[in-house]
Amino acid sequence: MPLLKVTIDNIEVEVEAGTTIMNAARKIGGSVVPPAMCYYSKLEGSGGKCRTCLVKVAKGSSKDTRPMPKLVASCRTLVQDGMVVENRTSPEVMENRRAITEFLLLNHPLDCPVCDQAGECHLQDLSYEHGLEETRTEEDRRTFEPVDIGELIKLHMNRCILCYRCVMVADQITDKRVHGVLGRGDHSEISTQIAKAVDNDFSGNMIDVCPVGALTDKTFRFKSRVWFTKPFDAHRGCTKCGGKTVLWMKGDEVLRVTGRKDKYGELEEFICNSCRFEHKETADWVIEGARNIERHSVISQNHYEKLDLPENAVEGK
Amino acid sequence: MAKQILLKNIEVPGLASFGVYRQLGGYSAVEKALANYTPDQVTNEVTRSGLRGRGGAGFPAGMKWGFIDKKTENPRYFVCNFDESEPGTFKDRHIGQLNPHQLIEGMILGSYALGAKTSYIYIRGELFYVLRIIEKAIDEAYKNGFLGNNILGSGFSLDLYCQPGAGAYICGEETALLESLEGKRGNPRIKPPFPAVVGLYGCPTVVNNVETIAALPWIINNGGEAYAEIGIGNSKGTKLISACGHINKPGVYEIELGLPVEEFIYSDQYCGGIRNGNKLKAVVAGGSSVPILPANLILKTAAGETRFMSYESLSEGGFQTGTMLGSGGFIVMDETACIVKNLLTFAKFYHHESCGQCSPCREGTGWMEKILHRIESGHGTMKDIDLLVDISKHIEGNTICPLGDAAAWPVASAIRHFREEFEEHVKLQKCPF
Ligand SMILES: Cc1cc2nc3c(=O)[nH]c(=O)nc-3n(C[C@H](O)[C@H](O)[C@H](O)COP(=O)(O)O)c2cc1C
Ligand code: SF4
Ligand code: SF4
Ligand code: FES
Repeated sequence: MPLLKVTIDNIEVEVEAGTTIMNAARKIGGSVVPPAMCYYSKLEGSGGKCRTCLVKVAKGSSKDTRPMPKLVASCRTLVQDGMVVENRTSPEVMENRRAITEFLLLNHPLDCPVCDQAGECHLQDLSYEHGLEETRTEEDRRTFEPVDIGELIKLHMNRCILCYRCVMVADQITDKRVHGVLGRGDHSEISTQIAKAVDNDFSGNMIDVCPVGALTDKTFRFKSRVWFTKPFDAHRGCTKCGGKTVLWMKGDEVLRVTGRKDKYGELEEFICNSCRFEHKETADWVIEGARNIERHSVISQNHYEKLDLPENAVEGK
Repeated sequence: MAKQILLKNIEVPGLASFGVYRQLGGYSAVEKALANYTPDQVTNEVTRSGLRGRGGAGFPAGMKWGFIDKKTENPRYFVCNFDESEPGTFKDRHIGQLNPHQLIEGMILGSYALGAKTSYIYIRGELFYVLRIIEKAIDEAYKNGFLGNNILGSGFSLDLYCQPGAGAYICGEETALLESLEGKRGNPRIKPPFPAVVGLYGCPTVVNNVETIAALPWIINNGGEAYAEIGIGNSKGTKLISACGHINKPGVYEIELGLPVEEFIYSDQYCGGIRNGNKLKAVVAGGSSVPILPANLILKTAAGETRFMSYESLSEGGFQTGTMLGSGGFIVMDETACIVKNLLTFAKFYHHESCGQCSPCREGTGWMEKILHRIESGHGTMKDIDLLVDISKHIEGNTICPLGDAAAWPVASAIRHFREEFEEHVKLQKCPF
């Protein structure tokens, strides 16, 4: 199959047929990559919903050189040969991204200081980069009481941006339709039927895919701000999953176990609940070394700077 | 008297029964098509007729049928969109309730043309009494050999089902309809692929509106060309208009496309003029989603030409000074109507009906409703008016399905044409009406 040429923000890249604009941009990397609040490459059918990844197609293809009439969701639009895409170079795209960010924050509490996700929240990052400095709303936000989804996961609907990622995890790890979204519009909520997926050994991954603080690990909640913990890559011989994880440590204490995320915040592999919730002793793990967090948010600020230096890396245990 | 295609016999008592419909010549189009036409010849007649989809978008029916993937081994489906829930639109109900066999006959013709062996009428949940009428009519059609195996000995077989939804406007969007029909949550799908390629249960599918389908028997009986002789420009045939609001004679009317808007509003044959001799203030011409126009622009275009009831004439002037024929829900407002209050009602509706998948529509519809509520109840500011325009701009074109646009257009157009009225609400700190 011949490769397709696509130009994004004046940078040309060649990709296979069937590649989305988003993934072509990820192949280039850097600031050319549109932000994704719902798309998740490991979750089939994800994307298209949050609209933060909208880009402008200035030229459809070499055959049909017309621009596309509307902005398109880069995560769900396939590249054509000769396509020209504008992301950050288009004022229209940036203006609409600002608006989308505002929409996402409309019903989202602005109380990051008391949210467990702060520091590793994609919505925080998005607002920091694209949001307005002040809010234009004076309306009440929608509110819910936090609920338990099983023993290990807490759902705080107030913070949910309805990206459907957790729903898709549940869909993917169970063969029954046991989860979902109830209601419509801004009155819809993640169904607590999702609790039924919690019997599943991989349910904890719903926490990791959640871009905001709507789903959190009850065994870690409010134990520490994430930027006061230190992440280490670790593994153990696990029969259920690959056993490759990140331990979030304070001193010798393992406060939290998560999967390993790539630079787009996506899990490299799903991990099982046993690794995540039941192995919280350093003795359970072979620690490979400090994890370098390639993110621009709070989590990678301040005292992590040192961790980038090789001499500070911790080998073994 | 305008040509009557859809409503010709509508007042005949007992029309909903098989016997009466048959006596009036019903099902002759099925007999004709199955005996004399190949499926492609049926499609050709429809293409020749110039019939456009009556669900709102006005897409040529024959062309849509032509897109269906006939090469796959998979079954093909023909689906009737009977979710009619756009505020101001109540024309499909009229057919379903009073002349269900006309719809069923159309379903048989369409299914034959497309090669569908199973077809569905997806009906809005609130129309339960109409569902009962249609189910009874389907039963009669089976008993009389027009549905089921080997219809009229032609070798063509068809099973037809009427499936109620749970009552959601969004399930009228064709891909949300298909999701719902499959038993899932009615979220619109991301397109492409389009239903003609990947539709119901992943198979090629055509979705058409009730009124579109109900016109098929006449087209087969009289020929596509005869249909194309009615109407004006690319607006062929007749259209049902459900007229409501401050008029003397609200109701469902069949018009020949090309009727002057002024005649439709003031003639005794149709709306019969404005109630109490009041002055016409504004019209929403095609269901709540289309831009509102003030009296001067609905009667005449900005260039001063007569405005006609047709796809082209109503959209003359684009969104600056024009609107759309849409679904044919014709809402008339006289001088006593408050534009802000009316818009608030629409905004409430879209907020309530947004499926919530995409953030601009999910969040923006609620925000607009709240701001409009504030203005209408006397707590608005001048800034709120601009904020509304700004929000509507960022919803429009940025969503998965056109419900986002449908929520944005009424807001943008009301402020475009009636800004002073919004400002008056702010200045007086109350509704002046
Ligand atoms: C939010 C929304 C609601 C809709 N509701 C209806 C409806 O109730 N009935 C209908 O026929 N079409 C409705 N449509 C249009 C359908 O998506 C589709 O275009 C139509 O059924 C096609 O039939 P037609 O080509 O015969 O008009 C709706 C579209 C949207 C975006
Ligand atoms: S709970 Fe989290 S992952 Fe699930 S839909 Fe809400 S924001 Fe997305
Ligand atoms: S535009 Fe509104 S109704 Fe349509 S898919 Fe998006 S949220 Fe749902
Ligand atoms: S990431 Fe593309 S729409 Fe959400």
